[in-house]
Amino acid sequence: MDRYTKQTIMKGVLWASALITISFLVIIIGFIVYKGAPAISWEFLTEAPRRSGRLGGIFPAIVGTIYLAGLAVLVATPIGVGGALFLTEFSKESKFTRFIRFGADTLNGVPSIIFGLFGFAFLVYYMGFGISILSGGLTLAFMILPTVFRTAEEAIRAVPRWDKEGSYALGATKLQTIWHVVLPQSISGIVTGIILGLGRAAGETAPIIFTAAILNPVLPESIMQPTMALPAHLYTLTSEGISMQNAFGTALVLIVIVLVFNMLVSLIRKKKALRR
Amino acid sequence: MKQMVKMEVHDLNLWYGSFHALKDINMKVYKHKVTAFIGPSGCGKSTLIRCLNRMNDLIGNVHVEGRVLLDDKNIYDKDVDVVNLRKRVGMVFQKPNPFPMSIHDNITYGPKLHGKKRGLDELVEEKLKDAALWSEVKDILGQNAMDLSGGQQQRLCIARCLAVEPDVILFDEPCSALDPISTGKIEDLINELKRHYTIVIVTHNMQQAARISDYTGYFYLGELKEFNKTKKIFTNPDNPETERYITGKFG
Repeated sequence: MDRYTKQTIMKGVLWASALITISFLVIIIGFIVYKGAPAISWEFLTEAPRRSGRLGGIFPAIVGTIYLAGLAVLVATPIGVGGALFLTEFSKESKFTRFIRFGADTLNGVPSIIFGLFGFAFLVYYMGFGISILSGGLTLAFMILPTVFRTAEEAIRAVPRWDKEGSYALGATKLQTIWHVVLPQSISGIVTGIILGLGRAAGETAPIIFTAAILNPVLPESIMQPTMALPAHLYTLTSEGISMQNAFGTALVLIVIVLVFNMLVSLIRKKKALRR
Repeated sequence: MKQMVKMEVHDLNLWYGSFHALKDINMKVYKHKVTAFIGPSGCGKSTLIRCLNRMNDLIGNVHVEGRVLLDDKNIYDKDVDVVNLRKRVGMVFQKPNPFPMSIHDNITYGPKLHGKKRGLDELVEEKLKDAALWSEVKDILGQNAMDLSGGQQQRLCIARCLAVEPDVILFDEPCSALDPISTGKIEDLINELKRHYTIVIVTHNMQQAARISDYTGYFYLGELKEFNKTKKIFTNPDNPETERYITGKFG
């Protein structure tokens, strides 16, 4: 076999790999839409579940997911962006900064069920927050912190040195330079990280099943109360064999929410690419 | 005739890590004069100019010894406010680096940092006129500065620097990214500016140094080989190495 034939065959193999990657996405989404669409109705989206979710809708779960993911982002954003600013603008490259970065990457690799277990032991019991939105939101915040942190760090690092020097040369302090030059130029990257975190926080089940989620068809009244959440509800509906159709309906709603976040991310990136 | 000294460099040494980049530099910057630093790449001329407003502080792993006096006060003393120093010693960079904001906001950036709130529009006009840019941009002050040409951007950066009313302006190869016409405009401008400001310029271009400067320092491998009046350096240098460089025999 001559080398051109080999190349042609290899090209085919690589093309197939690319095709398989995209087909998984198409198959999964197609399947979810096919199985879940019949469950979707106005009532399904706006009513509380009845008889453990066999009937009724998933409204409290949608609201709960928004609360949980929202709280997670609210907590993780200032810490993540603050840490990233410290690493990029306030410290010189050293063992310490490498250790922080290594720590963030390791935290990113910790399985989500471990976060769940930690949240349960530390927040629910030790801190006494109980099974609540607070416990679940904080657990999710720990989980998405490395994503927010590392994306923000990369975005901030990408701000050109000469732009910052231009500001310093005019007698700006570090904080003034960060506020007027660094953040405006890195904000789209930072927001990207936040939205990625939001999508991840909305979709994870393991961190919330021990810390926040219950099957209780009422809306929570404070963050000290437990709540329903889409992924956990989906888990219950499936594992208890309550209603496969409603499980797929819930899955469809969840996947739409996550996809919308992801599309927002690529929209921001495209807009940023245009501006450059 | 005795010239007024604005800045003085005494026994200045600088290391990047273990690399000895500036060796025992001694020189004076005279008030209302243009002082040029010339020499081949990597000779330390940019490093020295960045010592004059402590820009090197921003880079990690830099160690400086010696003194740099501004109006007889050592700018490397512990009690010196670096922010205030950079207000007095402004800088224009090699690559035009306007902020990605409007022309107007580029000019007001510095003054606003230092608390100026009124008379900003008048200031913008005045400084743009001083930088010979007003006639070209007076109708588009709200436009993004990134849309200007390279030469206009560089004059905007000069105007931006003038807006914080410095005593000294450092130019770090300000024309190396510009075409000859834009370069000519910047040179004319520097000639104009020296009436009110003290100017230090690093340049790759020997003819430029000869055209616009009053004093010239020739650097080689981190040493100041010769410092003298520009006329003297270019007609009858003391150091044969300087002569070989300015006559283009090496470098």
